[in-house]
Amino acid sequence: MNQAILESLKARFGEAIVSSGEFRNELTVVVAKDRIVDVCTCLKDSKEFSFDLLADLCGIDMYSPTHRFGVIYNLYSLTNKIRIRLKTFVEEDDPHVRTVTGVWPTANWHERETFDMFGIIFDGHPDLRRIYMPEEFEHFPLRKDFPLMGIPGSLFLPKK
Amino acid sequence: MTMEPRVAETAHRSKILEALEDQNTSISFEDPLESEMVLNMGPQHPATHGVLRLLVKLDGETVVGCVPELGYLHRGYEKLAENCSFHEFIPHTDRLDYLAPLSNNTIYALAVEKLLGIEAPPRAQYIRTVISELARLSSHLLWLGSLAMDVGALTVFMWTFREREKLYDIFERIAGARFTTSFTRIGGLAQDLLPGVDKMIETYISEFPANIGECEALLNKNRIFVERTDGIGVISKETAIAYGLTGPGLRACGVEHDLRRSDPYLVYKDLDFDVPTYTGGDTLARYYQRVAEMKESVKIVRQALERMPSGEVHAFKPKKVLPRKERVYTRMEELIHDFMIVNFGVEPPVGEIYFAGESSKGELGFYIHSKGDGHPWRLKIRSPSFVNLQSLPELIRGAMISDVVAIIGSLDPVMGEADK
Repeated sequence: MNQAILESLKARFGEAIVSSGEFRNELTVVVAKDRIVDVCTCLKDSKEFSFDLLADLCGIDMYSPTHRFGVIYNLYSLTNKIRIRLKTFVEEDDPHVRTVTGVWPTANWHERETFDMFGIIFDGHPDLRRIYMPEEFEHFPLRKDFPLMGIPGSLFLPKK
Repeated sequence: MTMEPRVAETAHRSKILEALEDQNTSISFEDPLESEMVLNMGPQHPATHGVLRLLVKLDGETVVGCVPELGYLHRGYEKLAENCSFHEFIPHTDRLDYLAPLSNNTIYALAVEKLLGIEAPPRAQYIRTVISELARLSSHLLWLGSLAMDVGALTVFMWTFREREKLYDIFERIAGARFTTSFTRIGGLAQDLLPGVDKMIETYISEFPANIGECEALLNKNRIFVERTDGIGVISKETAIAYGLTGPGLRACGVEHDLRRSDPYLVYKDLDFDVPTYTGGDTLARYYQRVAEMKESVKIVRQALERMPSGEVHAFKPKKVLPRKERVYTRMEELIHDFMIVNFGVEPPVGEIYFAGESSKGELGFYIHSKGDGHPWRLKIRSPSFVNLQSLPELIRGAMISDVVAIIGSLDPVMGEADK
């Protein structure tokens, strides 16, 4: 099943499918950043795949020389009962990626969370605000260079 | 009596007239009657079930729009997880959905086991199934009581809490704690069921249908309850899927999606149970849905208890599974493994997995990215409450202000899970 999906994706998008891997029977497809919305739209709309549920969207700080951040899309198909994982890499000097809220409205809060935690900016997002941390907070807590104990003075506490 | 509205009317008209008569002003009246107001609800509000804050825009008594604000209970569990070993994170999973900690423990353990490529022995699988379903009962019972209370029926709340108290007694006997159970381990359980627990569970589930029947008798034909919930907070199938709604909320829209059936884990494949669905998509349908699910849970628990095999509750994987304490104190090998696992953690292969299970609120998923260290490189918690809350503005648009409470209640958000 996984191989069939991968072949079909490769046939449709060619260069945009950067690499792929399978671990514990789960397919991960790395997609070029500028084609992510096209791939998502195709995966959702085409009868062959119909990944109609965006189960999860999250960021990851790779902190490696090749890539800084990644955005991970875990998709689920309610009709075919299969999962697939898409991944795209985002670099620190240009932390932008296009939003998929147009494909799955549920991506809205997931993308807000990813922005809040990693500082990845989703272009075209209708309401890109912090979701957990206070608006005036300046750091991105889930980045690997953010210390576990926090940064003293970075949270504005009410005066007594 | 009749004077007041007229006075208000003249006041408004004069304001508009004033603006019209003055040639130099260019005031535009978006809302000429100025009837819209913004109401702040929460974070400290008894009916928002935790520290949820809503900004509700009202036109008279009708809700025009709503913006939920989260983060008042954000504890940064994903950051903590990156600095914990896989075992150390188990107690934190209790604090996610604190109404059903046992099912969180189970799903987390299953996720890590998937990453490690190990499996707990059959007896542990059966016990995990039983405790997950008991956790579902405990969560749904609280939900039922609080929904009834939200619409004004206090008796049901007392009765469901009576039932929950018995469940907590069982949890205490199983795990040694009523609330923060931390009962599962990677590759097994903290301990086997103590003698007598299966009897307790059996007695509980044999009495349960009659007890839930009492609550149903109070609500099903109760005119106030039905009118407060019927047709309130309607969401269509398509919108629900688009907003990522899962769990009872989705099934109440007529989508037969249950991970226990579509993606079977534990021993659900061998057990005979139905996935009930309703088509209303409103608060009443969600009420029927959860009550029907409780009855299915009882069926699952009964079958799992009947078929429970005997044997070990720990997988025999010395380098992955914590050894039994009595062996650590008496044997060299086990002492070494215990030392290594506690200090450096289990060392998983490099890779990434996503495992999701059906918790009482919906799809609870863990995405784990491992670089081969004893702690996860990234652990993402896909919490159902967080995603389900996102459809709240959609549900309460156009509702009356008094129904907002019932609609929030019907979604069953737990802020510990939504805020992580």
